[in-house]
Amino acid sequence: MSKAGLRIIVCIKQVPAIQDIKIDPITHTLIRESMPSMLNPWDEIGVEEGIRLREKYGGEVTVITMGPMQAKEAILRCLAMGADRGIIISDKALAGADTIATAYALYMQIKKMKYDLIICGKISTDSETGHIGPHLAELLNIPQICYVKKVDLDIEKRRIIAHKEADEGIEIVEAPLPVLLTTAIGLNKPRLPTLKGIISSKRKEVKVLTAKDLGGSLSNYGLRGSPTFVDEVFEPPSRKPEMIFQGDPKEVVEKIVQVLLNKKLISSRS
Amino acid sequence: MLEKSEENPNHKGVWVFTEQIDGKLKNVGLELLGAGRKIADKLGEELVAVLLGYKVIELVKDLEAYGADKVILVEHELLEQFTVDAYTKVLAELTIKYKPSVLFIGGTLNGRELAPRLAARLNTGITSDCVDFDINSDGHLTHVKPFGKLMAKIICKTRPQIATAKPNVFKKLEPNWDRRAKIVREEIKINPEDIRTKILGRIEANKNPYGSIEDADVIVAVGKGLCSKENLKLIQELADLLGASVACTRPVVDRGWLPSSQQVGQSGKTVAPKLYIAIGISGATYHTVGMKNSDIIIAVNKDPKAPIFQIATYSIVGDLFKILPLLIDRLKKEVKEVKLSITTKGE
Ligand SMILES: Cc1cc2nc3c(=O)[nH]c(=O)nc-3n(C[C@H](O)[C@H](O)[C@H](O)COP(=O)(O)OP(=O)(O)OC[C@H]3O[C@@H](n4cnc5c(N)ncnc54)[C@H](O)[C@@H]3O)c2cc1C
Repeated sequence: MSKAGLRIIVCIKQVPAIQDIKIDPITHTLIRESMPSMLNPWDEIGVEEGIRLREKYGGEVTVITMGPMQAKEAILRCLAMGADRGIIISDKALAGADTIATAYALYMQIKKMKYDLIICGKISTDSETGHIGPHLAELLNIPQICYVKKVDLDIEKRRIIAHKEADEGIEIVEAPLPVLLTTAIGLNKPRLPTLKGIISSKRKEVKVLTAKDLGGSLSNYGLRGSPTFVDEVFEPPSRKPEMIFQGDPKEVVEKIVQVLLNKKLISSRS
Repeated sequence: MLEKSEENPNHKGVWVFTEQIDGKLKNVGLELLGAGRKIADKLGEELVAVLLGYKVIELVKDLEAYGADKVILVEHELLEQFTVDAYTKVLAELTIKYKPSVLFIGGTLNGRELAPRLAARLNTGITSDCVDFDINSDGHLTHVKPFGKLMAKIICKTRPQIATAKPNVFKKLEPNWDRRAKIVREEIKINPEDIRTKILGRIEANKNPYGSIEDADVIVAVGKGLCSKENLKLIQELADLLGASVACTRPVVDRGWLPSSQQVGQSGKTVAPKLYIAIGISGATYHTVGMKNSDIIIAVNKDPKAPIFQIATYSIVGDLFKILPLLIDRLKKEVKEVKLSITTKGE
């Protein structure tokens, strides 16, 4: 770790604030413009963890996102929570990116920076793939620990000990820094921005980068750089309802109990 | 970084990473052998199970019985415990050597860490949480998954086409214990330094007070229509009477009424019980993909236009706060020790 303390990068995304997202019928991509948006809640946990670690060990927290310029609102929210600076990568050439092309863009910027810890949300609520963290860790060739519930750092030895969700319970995992973490619920409870935080966020630096700033071949970005694409969208098939019960609740309940009995899902007294 | 490898005839074979933990195969791997069988037959290619671990040879017979034509087995002390570093290294080397066209990975927590890491190493596309697969006229795998209120077909231009699916989405084949597969042992060099994350210990999960939903025969599921956490009492009472586990929609988890272990749907679990009672659930596609394969679906909703009624076997249009207390009373009074007369799954 440098004298300046921990260098923490948190990757964030702005997501629609409503549950049922809308899809462009022609391009088959999410309609993001003019939709109420918010900071992806899993990323919010990541920002909170970054700030807490900085408060404990010193250092700085940089938040980074790739997205339309509107996503600057999400960056400002992180700065108001207490992150130190923001980077937004925004360019038409990046549109239509799948997770591989998105992680590649983040990688092209982050590899130029110095970092001890990178934090990503476990998933984003709009697509829920959870790919970005592992993709990015691989491109940067650093270890990853996903679904982290608790973080302890050994600054002397430059090591992390984390509790992570596993299929069989909780695993306790140790890794050297730099490392990439993804957040699990329960890692922390994110703070709300204070008025002071909101005012000071206005003075913090937000860098805006384009694909040209990232460098490399344009063919690795956006739709062109994406191995996967949505080919077709269709209505989910429906099952035909067998019976509809409505009207007097007493009668309805009687009918449904009869069904349960007939189907032998329950057995009757006597 | 590897060059992207576009679709070409050199890539052949449908692979399934069949994960084991502590010497036990994960069900989802066998389920994906079932899905893979169909795809391999359509392509006229081999179905290959890839088994990594240490002293796991006795698991091979299960992979044969559940449909594999070939088993690639890598045994190494450093593969005894799952680590993303070691497993990514081995799978990447095997993939580069054999060039499969498709690679399925079960969406366990381990699988969800492994699959995207591997995809980035191989510089290929990945589609997670698929609910159906097919082969299109160009020979590409179509990955079907929910997308907003609709379903999407996703295509991957590069090879291998990596896909994950959650447990309980696909069906295992009927096991045929006479089937034999070709067994190929691969030696892959793994050094301790290759593994950067060290597992120091494990804390076993607590018992779940709401009942495990993955293998439940009866599920009582609630949605936002419940209005408040206090009303869970009603649901729990009904579930107890029916010997059911309690499940829910995402908004219920978001509000902290139930833990995420009970969530059904795209970002939760997939279930297929004998009876699924959906109470105060609208029936968004993101929810229904996780339960539409239930044998019988009973839905209670006060809105006659709720989409849940499109897939319900029995639709009850009415106020849950009127229906449930009556139903609970009726079950208590009229029904002997209300117990399921059906046999438990897996028996
Ligand atoms: C990427 C992504 C992933 C998602 N993953 C999931 C997932 O895994 N699981 C999931 O469930 N959702 C998921 N969602 C959210 C999903 O789109 C829906 O928003 C959610 O399923 C709706 O939950 P609900 O039915 O409980 O709530 P609502 O849609 O608000 O429905 C509540 C229902 O209760 C009924 N109701 C209200 N009061 C009463 C009453 N007194 N009596 C009877 N009925 C009443 C209403 O008529 C209404 O139909 C996901 C969304 C996205 C974008």
